[in-house]
Amino acid sequence: MELYQKTIHEINDLLDKKEVTVTDVTQAVVNRINAVEKATDAYLSLQTEAALEAAQGLDAELSGRAKRTSLEGIPYGLKDNMCTKGILTTCASKMLYNFNPPYNAEVYDRLSEEGGILLGKTNMDEFAMGSSTENSAYKKTRNPWDLNKVPGGSSGGSAVAVAADTAFYTLGSDTGGSIRQPASFCGVVGMKPTYGLVSRYGLVAFASSLDQIGPFTKDVEDCALVLNAIVGHDAKDSTSLNLEKTDYTQTLKQGVKGLKIGVAKEFFGEGLQPEVRKSLEDAIAIYKTLGASIVDVSFQHLDYALSAYYMISSAEASSNLARYDGIRYGFRAEEYSDLVDLYKKTRSQGFGDEVKRRIMLGTYALSSGYYDAYYKKAMQVRTIIKADFDQVFGGCDVLLTPTAPTTAFGIGEKTSNPLEMYLTDIYTVPVNIAGIPGVSIPCGLDNNGMPIGMQLLGPILSEETLLKTAWAFEHESGLTNLKAPLGTEV
Amino acid sequence: MEYEIVIGMEIHIELGTKTKIFCSCPTEFGQDENTHTCPVCLGMPGVLPVLNEKVVEYATRAGLALNCEIAHFSKMDRKNYFYPDLPKAYQTSQFDLPICTGGVVGIEVDGVKKDIGITRIHIEEDAGKLLHESADGTLLDVNRCGVPLIEIVTEPDLRSAEEARAFAEKVRNILEYTGVSDCKMEQGSMRFDVNLSIREKGSEVLGTRTEMKNLNSFRALIRAVQYESKRQIIELKKGHTIIQETRKWDDTKGTSSSLRSKEEAHDYRYFPEPDLVPIVLEPAYIEKIKSELPELPEAKKQRYIDEYKLPEYDAGVLTTTGVTARFFEDAVALYNEPKQISNWMMVEIPPLLKENEVSMENISITPAQLVELLKLVKNNEISGNTGKEVLKEMFSTGKNPGDIVKEKGLAQMSDTGELEAIIEKIVSDNPKSVEDIGAGNEKAYGFLTGQVMKATKGKANAQVANEIIRAVVAKHLA
Repeated sequence: MELYQKTIHEINDLLDKKEVTVTDVTQAVVNRINAVEKATDAYLSLQTEAALEAAQGLDAELSGRAKRTSLEGIPYGLKDNMCTKGILTTCASKMLYNFNPPYNAEVYDRLSEEGGILLGKTNMDEFAMGSSTENSAYKKTRNPWDLNKVPGGSSGGSAVAVAADTAFYTLGSDTGGSIRQPASFCGVVGMKPTYGLVSRYGLVAFASSLDQIGPFTKDVEDCALVLNAIVGHDAKDSTSLNLEKTDYTQTLKQGVKGLKIGVAKEFFGEGLQPEVRKSLEDAIAIYKTLGASIVDVSFQHLDYALSAYYMISSAEASSNLARYDGIRYGFRAEEYSDLVDLYKKTRSQGFGDEVKRRIMLGTYALSSGYYDAYYKKAMQVRTIIKADFDQVFGGCDVLLTPTAPTTAFGIGEKTSNPLEMYLTDIYTVPVNIAGIPGVSIPCGLDNNGMPIGMQLLGPILSEETLLKTAWAFEHESGLTNLKAPLGTEV
Repeated sequence: MEYEIVIGMEIHIELGTKTKIFCSCPTEFGQDENTHTCPVCLGMPGVLPVLNEKVVEYATRAGLALNCEIAHFSKMDRKNYFYPDLPKAYQTSQFDLPICTGGVVGIEVDGVKKDIGITRIHIEEDAGKLLHESADGTLLDVNRCGVPLIEIVTEPDLRSAEEARAFAEKVRNILEYTGVSDCKMEQGSMRFDVNLSIREKGSEVLGTRTEMKNLNSFRALIRAVQYESKRQIIELKKGHTIIQETRKWDDTKGTSSSLRSKEEAHDYRYFPEPDLVPIVLEPAYIEKIKSELPELPEAKKQRYIDEYKLPEYDAGVLTTTGVTARFFEDAVALYNEPKQISNWMMVEIPPLLKENEVSMENISITPAQLVELLKLVKNNEISGNTGKEVLKEMFSTGKNPGDIVKEKGLAQMSDTGELEAIIEKIVSDNPKSVEDIGAGNEKAYGFLTGQVMKATKGKANAQVANEIIRAVVAKHLA
């Protein structure tokens, strides 16, 4: 196996034994980027030279030091909606084509402190709105399992970088499934932690009450390692939870004996690809052999989750994105007659169609006379969905669902039908509505060789249980660090 | 038909916290443009607000001082609108669950006392400033963005410009006392919006109202109310209906004009601020702030009447501001002559402040110095008139009155021997006056006294001098 194909914990072994240097590791992944990036287009901008320089500096420092932290010297990528001081942060939007933040996202600061080496900023749907990364204003990222298929979204670039071995791990953001769905499409591990577990400071907001940062990794153990680094209270984020530090690797390998895994028919409804269903059934069988008990659970109101999600997220987005007015930074229309015209032209030209659609939807939902019928109603639904999950987790420890109804679809296949695109999030959005954690791990391939994702959900702050459950399956099934048939040079 | 003016007010007050409401930038006024900014108050992408706890404390204190209920649970909301002075394109404010509700403030106009209801007080952030006068077009100063404000909203209980003014003054007085704001109108720390309508006297139904925004002085408040009430009455008398609208007051012209109609009014699309958690206040927290409230003007005024036996008028004036009251109390602590101190503080000091455009806060005279001066007068070491001169000198130099008297040789002449010699000479030099007195013209005494004062440069003790003059004149007439 090539160096760039390895997991973080495998690289850690090599680095700790001094069998390889950080420079070796970084050079390997940079070479990999040079070889395949033009085919996958996972990155919007690259920092490979700075990464190699940092690697050399770190090697010099590590030579005189016995211990290193578990992400020290590991090259990674960040979704382009996390602010990086002095490095373009565009949100894949024309609106922020020239935006160089004068501050860092908290997660970037934490990873820098850990000695992480930033390779670049990954492609995404504009302002994280989309499910295929086709809404990027700059490029189409391709699924390494089939270059004619989408990687999922909105964190498509981050998923592809890990799947194509052009980063050892990446961070994405998940507002309605934007980590889990692309992880599922690209055959990697992707986790959305409990709302408030990872600081949102410096994450360009889409829907503040739903947005959460999380990792993409090649296996579950790596997920725990990255989580260790990014979780923690941040006084700069008022919604950040103030909890004692957890080491997520501690309980990882405890097994699932006696664990109650819930299966709800509401997650196996219409539109579910037969191979996805079959793959999930196989996973359930594996869990049984591992000593977990499978229980039937059911939801009362899950049907309303998707509608509520699009109301709440669009309402918040309409307000969060109002600041892009061409006055202080970013794009400004070249010609305008007065202030209102400046606003109109800047926002008409600077935003893409999907972003405009959500802004209009959200503005409408909050408007006087419609607020009660839409936004308020959606918030009431949110309360009910939370209660639904509480009730379900009264009967099981973990809920097992498909991550998405289908495997990756073709590029351009759903772009003309936004509603169909929205339906791809049907199994992921309830999780954000409830604020609970969820992880997607590969659980098989469909008839076309495209990865299938299994989603494991648990109550608030059940990350340890989820990772333990995910690890047990991965270990037993051998579906770990899957390699896309991308070859060494594309 | 007799008309009645119905007024409700909204008062915006900048809180005197050291830092802004959602970031640690200083709130200091009058700094260079855009020097007190950071990514948070600039509304950059991805940044998050953190509510300044002092803002909650100050708002609670203000609410308690204005007799409000303090909410155990309140929350922040977003008020969405586009304007270049609002970097986030929403103002973080409070909508349906404000921190304070249901207060009351007593006012008095022409001896008539009245309670004005306070509907609510909420917390919000100030916007920046647009500078239109620049040759480079309109420029933006973001320093004020995120300066914490409270907005006090009254019931439509006010019935005249005078009541509006009395209410505004009372609120300023109370808030200045509690230390939550300096309420400096010239710096925009206190601004008024007026909602005004007219109805037939005796009617219970409210007329259509107009709103006038951003009145920055008591003068503007009074004039705007007078102008707008007159305008509406004239419209009604003509048989016209009042259009619900927002109007802009032009203080230079003394007129108002329509800014936008009800139809053009913003739809602010309020919704709960998802980046902040609700404000939950424990009863113990509210009790603690209540127990720490200073003595408020009303109570203080009553105490001055009871304890210092001051007339109600004096007590009222001295308690107008906390600074004045503190000065007075410090002086009384040193010298138990409240009425004397009050007289000097009410009659002599205000003209000096006005003339030199100095506020009581920055006065160079200390209470101890005023007391020293009063004692010099009381002990006849200087005359009252000289005292006033000395006070002026103290005001401009900050020197002690004793030193000024010494330096300028202002000590009063009470030495009868020295005075007798001077008076003897003056009486001898003015036989006409003596003659007049002899003829029963008492006024001539005044002339002689004036001559004595002139000769002694005002240092003669007037009482002593008068006695000697009478004795010497009597001798001459004899």
